[in-house]
Amino acid sequence: MSKKESNLKNMLLALFAITLIASASLGGIYQLTKEPIEAARLEKKNNAIRQVIPEFENTPTAETYKKAVDGDTLYFYPGRKDGELVGTAVESFSNQGFSGEIRIMVGILPGGIIDDVAVLYHEETPGLGDKMQRNKSDWGMQFQDVDPESFDLQVKKDGGDVDAITAATISSRAFCDAVKRAYEAYVNIENK
Amino acid sequence: MEYIIIIISAIFVNNIVLNKFLGICPFIGVSGKIETSIGMSGAVLFVMTIATLVTYLIQNYVLIPFGIGFMQTITFILVIASLVQLVEIILKKVSPSLYQALGIFLPLITTNCAVLGVAIMAGQQDLNLMESIVFAIANSIGFGLALITFAGLREHLELADVPAAMKGVPVAFVVAGLLAMAFMGFAGLV
Amino acid sequence: MNQLANFTKGFIRENPVFALFLGLCPTLGVTTTAINGMGMGLATTFVLLMANIVVALIKDFIPDKVRIPSFIVIIASFVTIVELTMQAYLPSLFDALGLFIPLIVVNCLVLGRAEAFASKNNLLSSAIDGLGMGLGFTFALTLLGAVREILGSGSIFGLKFIEGDGILIFVLSPGAFIALGYLIMIMNKFKKKEA
Repeated sequence: MSKKESNLKNMLLALFAITLIASASLGGIYQLTKEPIEAARLEKKNNAIRQVIPEFENTPTAETYKKAVDGDTLYFYPGRKDGELVGTAVESFSNQGFSGEIRIMVGILPGGIIDDVAVLYHEETPGLGDKMQRNKSDWGMQFQDVDPESFDLQVKKDGGDVDAITAATISSRAFCDAVKRAYEAYVNIENK
Repeated sequence: MEYIIIIISAIFVNNIVLNKFLGICPFIGVSGKIETSIGMSGAVLFVMTIATLVTYLIQNYVLIPFGIGFMQTITFILVIASLVQLVEIILKKVSPSLYQALGIFLPLITTNCAVLGVAIMAGQQDLNLMESIVFAIANSIGFGLALITFAGLREHLELADVPAAMKGVPVAFVVAGLLAMAFMGFAGLV
Repeated sequence: MNQLANFTKGFIRENPVFALFLGLCPTLGVTTTAINGMGMGLATTFVLLMANIVVALIKDFIPDKVRIPSFIVIIASFVTIVELTMQAYLPSLFDALGLFIPLIVVNCLVLGRAEAFASKNNLLSSAIDGLGMGLGFTFALTLLGAVREILGSGSIFGLKFIEGDGILIFVLSPGAFIALGYLIMIMNKFKKKEA
């Protein structure tokens, strides 16, 4: 196929040249796309934050603080308006999902009331566990305006106050686990 | 204990072929006979484990420290391609009959998405060195399990009375779907 | 063959998925919706086209013994370019396609065309081959994605036409295999009629 002889010098030269050009081009593209990628990542996070806490004027992701919990990290994004804290978005997780890890965002008002919840990531079964997504059903809305001091964050089957998703008890349990984790860590920090 | 979870998850719950859809080309191509399937599974076990080990080292000692994570795809695939060459050379010497039997499918391990996929997944799940190796071995066992089971099914299909348009690949896919459905029963095990 | 035949062969006669059975992993893995199938198909088409062009251009400078590793580096570079660009400008599609984007590099279709066609033909033919095969691949993926989405979610390209869920098995792994099996069967009958 080629007019070049397959001796060692030519082979090494060809491979070296190709790899060099490839690496250089990729390095260039990487530099070009570094910022847009970071921006896209932040945008996704900000969208979730906007969904779970009231309107804010600051940049919550710029004021992130974190806490190591249960072998992983929770991230806290405070939202402020006119200098006042309007709510804190807590990025939480649970490893007890039917298909693995679930990551959610829980919005907690300064009084300790849960404002809203949003799903960031899950691999639960479509049509069952995925009903935790707001675009699939209103199931998550039962967590709105909830005070965990009086509302037991467990599924009714376990003696709590949460209505589980029909036929998706495990996913529901995991979701509660994540919400509880967020709330307890938040309270823990507040009380320090 | 963690290792048991990794193993059961990789072989049954998240079976690399039937659940993650990696390694389909050899799955369809080699599963005609049980013998070749066993040979292919063995070769994949070898390549996948060593590839995951080497790529783990590259990821953690070269790519991340130097901030060139974007070179992951290129470096990983080059490692895999080299390893397959190595296996070919070794196999030719050690077992020429198996080498003949595997034919074109041996170099095709390079393009086996399962090998590259497992290497990338081990990095994504942040496994340590020992966990990555266990993960790789377990996944290749899962691959072998799916492949050999499927080969058994196909050998029976050869003797069945299948409508002309369905013969060969189409009916194989439908049967694979049923096999995948069976494996879904393992969900929730871990 | 003339360029028109070169371009159209990838759609039915030599369709990568339905006739040549290449690139099956992403075919099954991402076709839960039509738009995902289309996105993956187009990303692969880009890599296929660019790789075919580059290989056709520099084929005379690559010694025969190192052609496979060279092709791999070239293909892997374009895949990384797609990865980075998609991550930056189409993040939701990037999340949906996930692991299968870097896996384009091991898509037997891409390496196969570089080896079987671009290394032996001129620039124009290689480019058209890449484009035709890529679009044929996109057609197959979009079709399978549409079938699975209509049956499984009761929607098409994101527009729902029924309340609630469809036959969910189709958006899960068994459904992928079964739907593809039946599609290939239909294509077989179609090809028989053509011949």
